[in-house]
Amino acid sequence: MDARQKEKYLREYSAMKAAGKPFFPYAVGKDGLMACIVMIVIILMSLFLGAELGPKADPTTTSYVPRPEWYFFFLFEVLRVIKPPDLVFVATLGIPNIALGLLVLLPFYDRGPERRPERRPVAMIAMLLTIVAMTYLTLLGAFAGSPITIDEEVPAKYQYGKEVAANSGCLGCHKFGENGNDGPGPNLSEIGARLPKQAIERTLDNPTPPMPSFKSMPPEQKKALVEFLGQLR
Amino acid sequence: MPSKPKLPNPLNIKTSKLPKPPLPPALKRTPKPVETGDDVTLGQAAAGGGTSVVAWIDERTAGSGFLRGFMFRKVPKGTNWWYTLGSATMFAFVSQAVTGIFLAMFYDPNPTQAYESMRHVNNEVFLGEFVHGMHKWGATVMTVLLFVHMARTFVFGAYKYPRELNWVVGVILLMMTMVMGFTGYLLPFDQRSFWATVVGVNLNGTGPIVGPYLADFLRGGSEFGATTLSRFYAVHMMLVPGIIGALIGAHLYLVAKLGTSAPPWMKPKDVAGDEKQI
Repeated sequence: MDARQKEKYLREYSAMKAAGKPFFPYAVGKDGLMACIVMIVIILMSLFLGAELGPKADPTTTSYVPRPEWYFFFLFEVLRVIKPPDLVFVATLGIPNIALGLLVLLPFYDRGPERRPERRPVAMIAMLLTIVAMTYLTLLGAFAGSPITIDEEVPAKYQYGKEVAANSGCLGCHKFGENGNDGPGPNLSEIGARLPKQAIERTLDNPTPPMPSFKSMPPEQKKALVEFLGQLR
Repeated sequence: MPSKPKLPNPLNIKTSKLPKPPLPPALKRTPKPVETGDDVTLGQAAAGGGTSVVAWIDERTAGSGFLRGFMFRKVPKGTNWWYTLGSATMFAFVSQAVTGIFLAMFYDPNPTQAYESMRHVNNEVFLGEFVHGMHKWGATVMTVLLFVHMARTFVFGAYKYPRELNWVVGVILLMMTMVMGFTGYLLPFDQRSFWATVVGVNLNGTGPIVGPYLADFLRGGSEFGATTLSRFYAVHMMLVPGIIGALIGAHLYLVAKLGTSAPPWMKPKDVAGDEKQI
């Protein structure tokens, strides 16, 4: 906006403001009614949805599939779209920070005087695409289950390791045959063919972020888990 | 009767320039002056008490000037329900602050006690689970309102001149709200919140150069331990709420200073006809 457009906007705005109504009681009344609605919604959500606690946090058993609060799903799910390990930082920090930068700086690159949405097609399409992408990723996160069974048949001696894998939250991020989520982590159906057992154990202790470390897992469980993973091929 | 002495006006406020309260004509009469002097009865003194106190405070703060400017400023014609989303978000924040204070009365930010203290809140404290639930779901309500408020601002082009700075403040408020969601999620210290936070901190650790330092800062060391919980607790309880409160103040100051935007399809010629009615 140049100086003339700014002056025009301020002049028109002050005319519209002068024709308006006082903040109190007109706008305050609407705000107050809205506040009551917000309060009722929060109270009803609390009454019907409650605030139950899960089992107590236990750093030694990773029996829980890590789930962020729902409004972080869209950030978490970007990891499922971008999979190569070298590019993880693009998904975790790159894209979110670029999006944030674009959001903060919006008024500095969109400086046109036009305010009517129907005359700002680029802005409206950009907003629509953002909303669709965020909704899609959030739904993807909402419907990604927390599976705890692996159907694949294994010899009896690997049975315990299979149970450890199924109950350690691996399926939240990895795929085993037909079970589990495809990403953010790699598919483990044939991991034994790609990595020797020692390397699998090292990866469990010092994994590629964002995977949590399994260093504090009880040794006999970890041994069984490594044996199970090592025979997958 | 001698003319009354002029009231002192030490802060030199020009009251004539301030907006007038929108009162019905019946209430527009000037209030009776407060009786002063040696011969006032107790009843007269009591009747004038409220006015005297307000006048005393006003003489020292000029608060009435600020309040009149803030409350009776005009909002442009066409201001509709979409304009209530900002104050609704702020109201949700106030609700979070109040329920959060009550939760803090019972919460123990110690890894061995945190979970038990929240169990105690849920199972034994009067209305404990209700207040806990209000805090938990209030976060969702606040986040949703914030995003809808932002979408409204975007569609109406309200981030454009002269309100650019208020958009920036609003985006920082959005970030701070996300930080509140992230830090608060750990505090109940159940499996779900613990492991989600481990992964969340690891995500920060993947960043180039600063990533590992950021993750170490969040954990309070290289391992997830006792310091992590107290760190998240302090950030959630003191640091970020303070920043949010200050930023809401700045946001509101700019709203009052610049005025709320008019809907973009309103033009002065639409309102020209209405001006005669006022």
